[in-house]
Amino acid sequence: MPCCSTARTSACKSTLLRCINLLEPVDDGAVLLDGEDISVPGLDANPVRRRIGMVFQSYNLFPHMSVMDNITLAPVRAAGIPRRDAETAALALLERFGLSDKAASYPDQLSGGQQQRVAIVRALAMGPEVLLLDEITSALDPELVGEVLDVVRELKSTGITLVLATHEMGFARDTSDVIVMLDGGRIIEQGHPRDVLVAPRTERARQFLQRIIDSGRL
Amino acid sequence: MNDSASRRARYERDRRRRSLLVATASTGLVVALVVLLVPRMPRWDRVRESFFNGERFRDSFPRLLEAFVLDIKIFLWSVPCIVVVALLVAVTRSSRSPVLFPMRALAVVYTDVMRGVPVILWIYLIGFGVPGLGLDRPWNSPLIWGSVALVLTYAAYVSEVFRAGIESVHESQRAAARSLGLGNAQTMRHVILPQAVRRVVPPLMNDFVSLQKDVALVSLIGPIEILRQAGVDKSKFANFTPYIAAAVIFLMITIPLTRATDWLLERERRRTTGTRVR
Repeated sequence: MPCCSTARTSACKSTLLRCINLLEPVDDGAVLLDGEDISVPGLDANPVRRRIGMVFQSYNLFPHMSVMDNITLAPVRAAGIPRRDAETAALALLERFGLSDKAASYPDQLSGGQQQRVAIVRALAMGPEVLLLDEITSALDPELVGEVLDVVRELKSTGITLVLATHEMGFARDTSDVIVMLDGGRIIEQGHPRDVLVAPRTERARQFLQRIIDSGRL
Repeated sequence: MNDSASRRARYERDRRRRSLLVATASTGLVVALVVLLVPRMPRWDRVRESFFNGERFRDSFPRLLEAFVLDIKIFLWSVPCIVVVALLVAVTRSSRSPVLFPMRALAVVYTDVMRGVPVILWIYLIGFGVPGLGLDRPWNSPLIWGSVALVLTYAAYVSEVFRAGIESVHESQRAAARSLGLGNAQTMRHVILPQAVRRVVPPLMNDFVSLQKDVALVSLIGPIEILRQAGVDKSKFANFTPYIAAAVIFLMITIPLTRATDWLLERERRRTTGTRVR
């Protein structure tokens, strides 16, 4: 179920994603994955994180490793998949996202869009059930945003659950099933894009939308 | 286009030539002053005789070179030990698990104590103290315990260099590794450490240049290495020239090492800091 959260800066979109992935402790409430509470204290986070992939705003590729090693590190070390199988799978993923000639390159040698696509492939290589995308286009040149969003669209068609923190309102409207608007760590609006973006119920959400429409981003 | 390029090249060439001229002239002036003035000092003859005696130099030099082999040996077996101990300490200090708190505290105490006391004192304390426990040969050798003292003190300094490297790796790298399901130790081993170590190689070289010199301190508890041998020669001939010869031998190693370090530092700086400001 593709879902999308959007809000102004510092409204805690990233914190929400980091909590889902257990990178930050949850103060209140619970994170349910397939009905199972994964936020209980003392739970071993590593197996859970393998089911939840994450892609970051600034790519966070490992600069000392080739693209191939970036992708196979976790499958080999954390999931215990034999290296040769992991590499075959990685090559297939690279092929699918038009990066097959980049396997031996290092992150520095790639454009921002390519790096972000590699980061998505790296997350996918663990076969996650959920993929968290944290403002993955915010650090990119406008011209490169498209190629990364195309990848997200393709991912959506595979049926994987996506949680997207974004300022790309148009993209959010066209791709998501649910939009959640956050303000100061609280949900102020939640629902199908048709409802949330057309007829918001709270005053706060109306102001926010008005500003986005005024700036021509929707 | 071409014209302005050649004009710039000419300008740069002139500037280079001028700074070379200034450097040569000022160096020449200083050397000339030393050469002219020092021999006019009242006791110069005696100093020349006891510190710069050519015959004594030629006589001692090969013997000292032979003794220097021991310094190099101590250096060579100490370095890997230092790296291993320092890495363990640095990784312990950078760990975040609450369970490891006692280990972290121990590592802090260790670095503080080892760095807070002069190397030479550790060499005396460990080098005389431990064999004094009545260990059997070869475990009572001052060579072993002198080296242990060097390893323990230098590991404390080097661990701080490693720790600085570990802390210089951005938190987002850890976030990326952990989000993929890698554990704490795996993250450290495969993601953090390789980047950290690469960054600290140049400052590390600095520590190893100074270790190369401090190896001579082990002579104070017995082993006949270069400094000790120079002392023996000095006493035998009542002449200080062997010390000059020993200094020359040290420089033969430390200068190339220092140059190499600077070169590495410069390369690292150029790699990491973009366009250079003139």
